[in-house]
Amino acid sequence: MSVTGVEGEERTDFSKEESRQIRQRSLKLLGSLLRPLRPHVVLAVIVIVFSTAFQVAGPALIAIGIDQGLPALMKQDWGPLGLVGGAYLVTGVLGAVLIAWYTVLSARISQAVLIDLRTRVFLQTQRLSLEFHESYTSGRIISRQTSDLDAIRELLDEGINGLIRGVLYMGFIGIALFTLDWTSGLVLVVALVPLFVLTRWFQTRSQRLFRESRVASAKLIVKFVETMTGIRAVKAFRVEKRNGKEFGDLTEDYRDVNARVIQLFGIFDPGLVLIGNVAVGVVLFVGGFRVIDGQMAIGVLLAALLYTRRFFDPMEEMAMFYNSYQSATAALEKISGVLEEKPSVPDPVKPVDLWEAQGTVRFQGVRFAYRSDREILPQFDLELPAGQTIALVGSTGAGKTTLAKLISRFYDPTDGAVTLDGVDLRDLHPKDLRRAIVMVTQEAYLFSGSVADNIAIGKPDASFDEIVAAAKAVGAHEFIDGLPNGYDTDVNKRGGRVSAGQRQLISFARAFLADPAVLILDEATSSLDIPSERLVQEALQTLLADRTAVIIAHRLSTVAIADRVLVMEYGRIVEDGTPDDLISGTGRFAQLHAAWRDSLV
Amino acid sequence: MPSVQHQHPPQDRPGTIRTLLRLYPYVKPAVPFLILGAVSALLASLVALAIPQVLQVLVDGPLSTGDASAIWPATLLVIGLGVLEAIFIALRRWFVLTPGTHVEAAMRNGLYDQLQDLPVAFHDKWPSGQLLSRAVSDLGLIRRFLAFGIILLVVNVITIIVGFGILISMNWILGLIFFVCSIPLWIYGFVFEGKYSTIARRSQDQAGDLATAVEESVHGIRVLKAFGRGKHALKNFTSQAEDLRGTEIEKARAIAGIWLWLLMVPDVAFALCLVVGVWLTAQGELSVGTLLAFFATATVLRFPVESIGFLLSMTFDTRTATDRFFDILDEVNAIRDPEAPVTITDPRGELHFDDVHFRYQDSPERFPDLVDGVELTLQPGETMALVGLTGSGKSTITALTTRLYDVTGGAVRLDGVDVRDFSREELRRHIAMAFEDATLFSASVRDNVLLGRPEFAERSPEADAALAEALEIAQAGFVHDLPEGVDTTVGEEGMSLSGGQRQRLALARAVAAKPAVLVLDDPLSALDVDTEALVEAALRRVLASTTALIVAHRPSTVMLADRVALLQDGRITAVGRHSELLETNDHYRFVISSLEDEERRDQARQTDRDLFDEKEGVNR
Repeated sequence: MSVTGVEGEERTDFSKEESRQIRQRSLKLLGSLLRPLRPHVVLAVIVIVFSTAFQVAGPALIAIGIDQGLPALMKQDWGPLGLVGGAYLVTGVLGAVLIAWYTVLSARISQAVLIDLRTRVFLQTQRLSLEFHESYTSGRIISRQTSDLDAIRELLDEGINGLIRGVLYMGFIGIALFTLDWTSGLVLVVALVPLFVLTRWFQTRSQRLFRESRVASAKLIVKFVETMTGIRAVKAFRVEKRNGKEFGDLTEDYRDVNARVIQLFGIFDPGLVLIGNVAVGVVLFVGGFRVIDGQMAIGVLLAALLYTRRFFDPMEEMAMFYNSYQSATAALEKISGVLEEKPSVPDPVKPVDLWEAQGTVRFQGVRFAYRSDREILPQFDLELPAGQTIALVGSTGAGKTTLAKLISRFYDPTDGAVTLDGVDLRDLHPKDLRRAIVMVTQEAYLFSGSVADNIAIGKPDASFDEIVAAAKAVGAHEFIDGLPNGYDTDVNKRGGRVSAGQRQLISFARAFLADPAVLILDEATSSLDIPSERLVQEALQTLLADRTAVIIAHRLSTVAIADRVLVMEYGRIVEDGTPDDLISGTGRFAQLHAAWRDSLV
Repeated sequence: MPSVQHQHPPQDRPGTIRTLLRLYPYVKPAVPFLILGAVSALLASLVALAIPQVLQVLVDGPLSTGDASAIWPATLLVIGLGVLEAIFIALRRWFVLTPGTHVEAAMRNGLYDQLQDLPVAFHDKWPSGQLLSRAVSDLGLIRRFLAFGIILLVVNVITIIVGFGILISMNWILGLIFFVCSIPLWIYGFVFEGKYSTIARRSQDQAGDLATAVEESVHGIRVLKAFGRGKHALKNFTSQAEDLRGTEIEKARAIAGIWLWLLMVPDVAFALCLVVGVWLTAQGELSVGTLLAFFATATVLRFPVESIGFLLSMTFDTRTATDRFFDILDEVNAIRDPEAPVTITDPRGELHFDDVHFRYQDSPERFPDLVDGVELTLQPGETMALVGLTGSGKSTITALTTRLYDVTGGAVRLDGVDVRDFSREELRRHIAMAFEDATLFSASVRDNVLLGRPEFAERSPEADAALAEALEIAQAGFVHDLPEGVDTTVGEEGMSLSGGQRQRLALARAVAAKPAVLVLDDPLSALDVDTEALVEAALRRVLASTTALIVAHRPSTVMLADRVALLQDGRITAVGRHSELLETNDHYRFVISSLEDEERRDQARQTDRDLFDEKEGVNR
C-alpha cells in the first residue's frame, strides 16, 4: 500500500510501511527547507556549541576552585583562585552573550524556513486545480496554511532549540563528568537506560494522540469558520443553539484529546525527575565512600553532584517541547501531502508563447470525466472561430460550465485537446493563457481592499483612469461613486453591503479591464437588475465585437447579441446554429425561447 | 489594515494583572485545583531545596571524620527526598490537568456563543481569520498559561525567595552577593514587559491578517485562476508574511535581551561567590560543607531564576491573548431580546413597515438614509414583490424584518407588534428568509432543509413529509441523485453543488420552516428558465396562504406577487398591480422591463387578459 498526496489524511491507523513513507516525505520536505540556509545553520550551531560549553564549565571551575584554589589560598597564594574566578566570569559572560546571539540567529533561520514553507504551500494551493479544491474543501486547505504552519513555527521557535541545546548540554556534561571522575560518569550512563525506556514509551503513546489532536482541532476550525461565514443563515434559521451544542461537542472532543496529552506528560515529567534524583543519590553514595577513601576530592564530588542534577534539567525542557515536535510532525506530514499533490492542471514544461491571440478555440476529440469516472462530457469536436459570440444554453447540469471550465483551463480534458489558435492549452504559457482567456463566474468574489484594487485585478498596472473607464463601460461607476469613499471604499468593511449585483458589476469591470481575446461569462450577469443588465448588454456588444466570447446565461436576453447558439443536454451539444435559425425551428431552443419570451414584459 | 483599528493605544490599556484578572469568572471553578497544583509545585521546590542541606551535614560530618557508616542513611534520605519531589511534581500535573482544559473549552464555547449572538453588522467588520485566531491560538495560549505558566511563575518566585533566605542564613555575605546581583534582573524584567507585549500584540494581529489573506486566496481561488493573478496574490501574501517575519525577529531580539541577563547575572554571581566563598573558607568563617551546600542550593535556584524570563513573556503573551478575547466579549450587542418579550401563538402574518429608516453607522453624513421612510403594509396572506434598482435598499429592507439589522427610525411590525418586542427566537420562527447567496452548512441535505424545524424528531414521518414537500416545491429533486440521497453531506465539507442547486435548497429550507411570513431575497436568480418556471408554479401554492415579501429583479418573479412595491431612493414610490405599474410608472418600466416599448404594451394587455380570465374562471 502506498499513500500519496492528501489521501488518508484523517486516518490514524497507518501500516508501518505507510507511516515510514509519510515520515520520509516530511523529512525530505524539511531537508529541502533547511538546505538553502546551511551557512546560517552552521554558524548557529557553532555559536550554540560554544555557548553551551561555556555554560557547562561552571561546576568544573568550582571543583578546581575548592580543590586547588582553597589549599593555595591557605598558603596565601591567590593565583589559582583568581584564575578560576576570572575564567568563570569570562565563560559566564560569553555563554550568555552567545546564547543571546544564537536566539536571534535561530529566529532568523526559523522565520526563513517559515516564509519559504508558507510561500510554497500558498503557491501550491494556487497551482492545484479547482477539482482538488472542490473535493479537499477550503476549510482544510486553510488549516494547512494556518494552524499547521503554527505548529511548525512552534517547533522551530521552541522545539528544535530546546532539542539542540538539550542534547549539547547533556553531551558536554557527560564529557565534563567523565573527565573529572569516570565512576560518576558511569552512573550517568546507567541512568540513561531507564531514561531511554521512559522516553521511548512516551514517544509511542504520544504520537497517536497528537495526530488525533490535530484532527480534532481541524474539525473545530471548519465548524467555526463555517458559522462565521454563514452567520446570516445561522441567525435567520435560529441555529445558534444547535450550533452551540455541536460546537460544544467538538470543543469537548478537542479538550478530551488535550487532556490525555497532558496526562501523558503527567507521567513522563515526574518520571524524569525521579530518575535524576535517584542518580544524584547514587553519585553521592559512590562518591561519599571514595571521598573517605581519599580517591576523590571533595570539590569533584560537588561538581559531580551539580552535573548530575543539571544533566536532567534539559530533559524537562525537551519533554515540554516534545509536544511541539509531535504536532509539527503531524502538521508537516499533512503539508507535505498537499505539496506532493500533482496539480491535475499542471503548468507546461516547455511553454509556448502566444503574444497576440486571435481567439480561435477548438475542441478536438474532447471527453471529460471526473476522477470518479463520472462522465460529464462524452467525446465531441467543436470549433469556436475567432471573433464569434457564442451563447451556451441548456438546463442546469447539462455541462455548460464544464465546457467553459475546459476553455479557461480550470480543468484539463480527460481525452483529446482544447486549443487556442492551434496551440494546446496545456502547452500555452500560463501568462499568455490568462491574458488571452478570462472567465467571469457567477460568484463574484471580492478581496479585501478598495473597489479600485478589486477592479485592478483585471490588469494590475492599470491607471486610475483606466479603472474608472472600465467601471463606466459596464455601468458600475454610478454606484461606486455613491459609496462612502468612492473607488477607495474598502469592500471588506462593507463586505455585507455590496450587493450581489454590485459584486457582479465589479467583477465585470475586472474582465473588461483585462481585455482578453476570449471572454467566458458563466452566469456573470445573473444578479444584475434589468437596467444594469441592459447597460452591460450594450457594453458587451462593443466589447465583444472583435473577440471570441462564450456566454452562459439562463436568461436568453444574451442570445440577442450572439452570433451562434449551442444548446446542451446531458453533456452533448444537441443544437448548433444562428439564433434566428434555431428560433424559427422546432427544436429545444425554439421551445426555450418561446417560454422565455412569455416570461418577459 | 484591519489590525490597526483593533489595536488599543498602549497608554489606555490596563495593566497585565488587571487584564488577567478578567479571566477569573472562567477560572473560578478551577481555582481550588490550581491552588492544590501550586501547593504541590511549591512542596516539590522546597524538597529540592532541602537536599543540599543533607549534603552540608554529610560533608561537614561523616565525610570529614571518615565515618563511612553514615553515608548509607544520608544517601537514602537524599533518594527519599528525590522520590518525594517526583511525587509532588506528578501531583501538580494531575491537579491542573482537567480544570485547565475545561477552562479553555468553556472560554471557547463562550466566545462562539457571543459571536453567534453578535449582530451581522459586527461580522461585516470582522474578518473571520481574526476571529479564528482568537478562538484557537489565543485560547490555547491562555490554557497553557493557566495550567502551567501562572503556577510556575508564582511557585518559582516563592522558591527564589525561600532559596535566598537559605543562602543568606548559610552566609550573609555570599547570600547578599547573590541577591544584589539579581536586582538588575528584576529591573530588566520590568522594562521587558512594555517592550515585549507591544511586539507580541503586533505579531498576533499580523498573524491574524495573514490568516485572512490565506482565506481570501482560497475562497477567491476562481477569480485568481481566471485572471492568472496567483502571482499578484502571492505578492500581497508575501509582503504580509514579510511584515510578520520582521516582527517575529524583533520579538526574538527582545527575548535574546532577557536571556542575556538571565544567564549572565547568575554566572557572574557564581564567579564572585566562588572567589569570596573560598576566601571565607580559607579564613575559617565557612565550613567546606556549607560552601558545597551553598553552590548546590544556588544550582537548584538556577532553573527558577532562568524560567522567570520565559514565564514573564508567556504572561505578557497571555495578557495580549486575553485582551483580544475580551475585544469580542466586551462588544455590546445592540440587537438584543426585550426584557419582556411579546408572544403570538398564531400570527396572522400582517407585516407593516412604519416609516422605517435605516443607515449604516459609518455612513458619512452627506448621504441620506439608505432606507428613508419606507411605509408599506403586507396584508395577511398577501404576496408583495419589492422592486428597485440594485443598491436601492431592497436587501436591507428584508434584513430588517428579522432584525439582522435594526431600524434606525420607525418600526417594522408583525401583526401590529414591533419586531423588537419579540424574542429573536420567536421572531425568526415567524419570519423565514432565503438569501440570494445561499449558504449551506456541512450537514446532510435533510438537516439543511429542516434547519428551521428543530421541533421534528429525527426522521419522523412528519419530518420526512415536510422535507419531501419542501424539496418538491423548490424543484430540488436532484438531491435524490446524489450519492446518498437526502443524507448526502453538502456544504464546505461535503459535495459541492452549483449555485442554482444551492439556491433551491435554500428556498426549500425557507419553505420547510412553515413561517407566517416568508422573506425571499431574489431567491431564483441562479435558476435556469425551465426550473424557474417550475419553482414558481409550485411556489404559488405556498404563497396562497403565506404572507411573503419577495425581492425581485425579473418580471417572472414579480408575477408571483399580488402587488408590487417600487423602491426608489430609499422610499416606496408606488404600490400596485404589476400591469398597473407597467402602464403608469416610467421608473417601474425602466427597472423591470427588458422589452422595447411597443412589445411591452402588447405583452401587458395580454397579461391583463390572462389575469382577467383566471379571475373569471375562479368566480364562475
